Amino acid sequence: MIVFSSVCKRYPEGREALKDVSFEIADGKFAWVTGRSGAGKTTLFRLIAAIERPSSGGIVVNGQNLASLGRRALPYLRRNIGLVFQEQKLLFDRNALANVLLPLAIVGLPPRDAERRALAALDKVGLLDRAKAMPVALSGGEQQRLAIARAVVNRPALLLADEPTAKLDNDSAADILGIFREFHRVGVTVVIASHDPRPIPGVEPQLIALEQGRLLDTAASAAPVEAAQ
Amino acid sequence: MTSWFSQHLAGLQDAWRRLVASPLNTALSLLVIGISLALPAAGWLFIDNLRLAVGNTGSLQQVSVFLADDADAAAIAEVERGLRQAKLGSVRFVPRDEALQALQAREGMADLTAGLPRNPLPDAFVVEADASPEALEAAVKAFAELPKVDDVHLDSAWMRRFDAFLHVARLVVALIGGVFAAGLVAVTFNTIRLQILAHAEEIEVARLIGAADDFIRRPFQYYGALQGALGGLLAVALVTAGGLLLADPVAGLAALYGGSFSLHGLVPLEIAALVGGGALLGWIGAQISVLIHLRRLG
Repeated sequence: MIVFSSVCKRYPEGREALKDVSFEIADGKFAWVTGRSGAGKTTLFRLIAAIERPSSGGIVVNGQNLASLGRRALPYLRRNIGLVFQEQKLLFDRNALANVLLPLAIVGLPPRDAERRALAALDKVGLLDRAKAMPVALSGGEQQRLAIARAVVNRPALLLADEPTAKLDNDSAADILGIFREFHRVGVTVVIASHDPRPIPGVEPQLIALEQGRLLDTAASAAPVEAAQ
Repeated sequence: MTSWFSQHLAGLQDAWRRLVASPLNTALSLLVIGISLALPAAGWLFIDNLRLAVGNTGSLQQVSVFLADDADAAAIAEVERGLRQAKLGSVRFVPRDEALQALQAREGMADLTAGLPRNPLPDAFVVEADASPEALEAAVKAFAELPKVDDVHLDSAWMRRFDAFLHVARLVVALIGGVFAAGLVAVTFNTIRLQILAHAEEIEVARLIGAADDFIRRPFQYYGALQGALGGLLAVALVTAGGLLLADPVAGLAALYGGSFSLHGLVPLEIAALVGGGALLGWIGAQISVLIHLRRLG
């Protein structure tokens, strides 16, 4: 579960990215965080992942109050959150399999078990046959799928993605959203920040619409995507 | 336990991969570390060899025990028994006539001794001792207490000077070692700084996906320790090679002085100390560097 209570985020230069934002995303939900460029989507994404701290207000993620979370506890929070970045943040000096192995090395899984799980994750995103390929040899869609495999390999309860389809063509974007839908179906909470939310067959997403840092209409937050468009 | 072992193994493998990834930089760093460790090690070995070489020349630790004029055969035998019981080394009796002959045999002494009304030299024992200056000092006191012993002479001043010289030389080597150790820490510090900058993106990604500080630090710590240990091995090779090159000339020099001496090299404990010390200093340099630079990365 994710709970935002009157969250404000002000950057040192004075820009206010989020203003008094409150919402709740229940476990197992599929949520879109949407809005134009500069609306505060990425800030919200970074606050949920505790990459940044709110200027005021409270945030609870997976039952943990981020305000009271010490620096040493942060890694353990993030291990339960699968993060997918717009720029993927892949490591280009190692192959696809090694990229997916990294989160498993962090938790200290024995190499043989880790490799088995990493290959299973690559299989889930349709990249099993590209396990030995270097990221630079992958297409944009494949790179995004690799980023998803890395995000889910630790079986997180929450999957967070920031503009995962922004640079993809329609077919690749549909593939990526299909992968998110599959994880949602097995109970993973999925939160996607995107300026372009798309309908996903069989999914009734929660909508969190932002405009200039404010939540547009909390009552509409449970409305289907088509309504927002 | 398995998880702990896996994480350390992964850190070690990662460190090794980074070391071999830039062979030229690694080779240059190893050369600097190897020389830094080899110079004090060579100095230490030189002092040790010098001590052994001087120890091999028995005349330097010669104790002369002069007997009273009225010492008869029974008294001489008793003194000899007392000297042998001390077990300091070989004991040789030098009768007064033999001593005079030896004196006369020296250049310019024959005329001088010819005019003497009688042999002024006493019977004496010469003890060729292989012991520390402190043990010799104690023995001299004990010998002086023996019956019919008139005087005991030990060239202790020379030995004390030599011992003091060795002490100062060891201090100098220790100081040089300390300076080079600080240099090694500084070299590792800088190498790790560059490594952290080169892997900034990887560090950021690792943090974002849940890596704790220990996980991020570990490869750099192993990198520093590995680099130090390999530098230590290079130092061992350099010192051993130097010893081999000097072995023949030193043996020739010893032969000119009528003795035999061969240089001794590093013993296993010293090799372990060089490699282990290098690893420890490398780890310290890496640890300081990661503490400072990872904090700067945020």
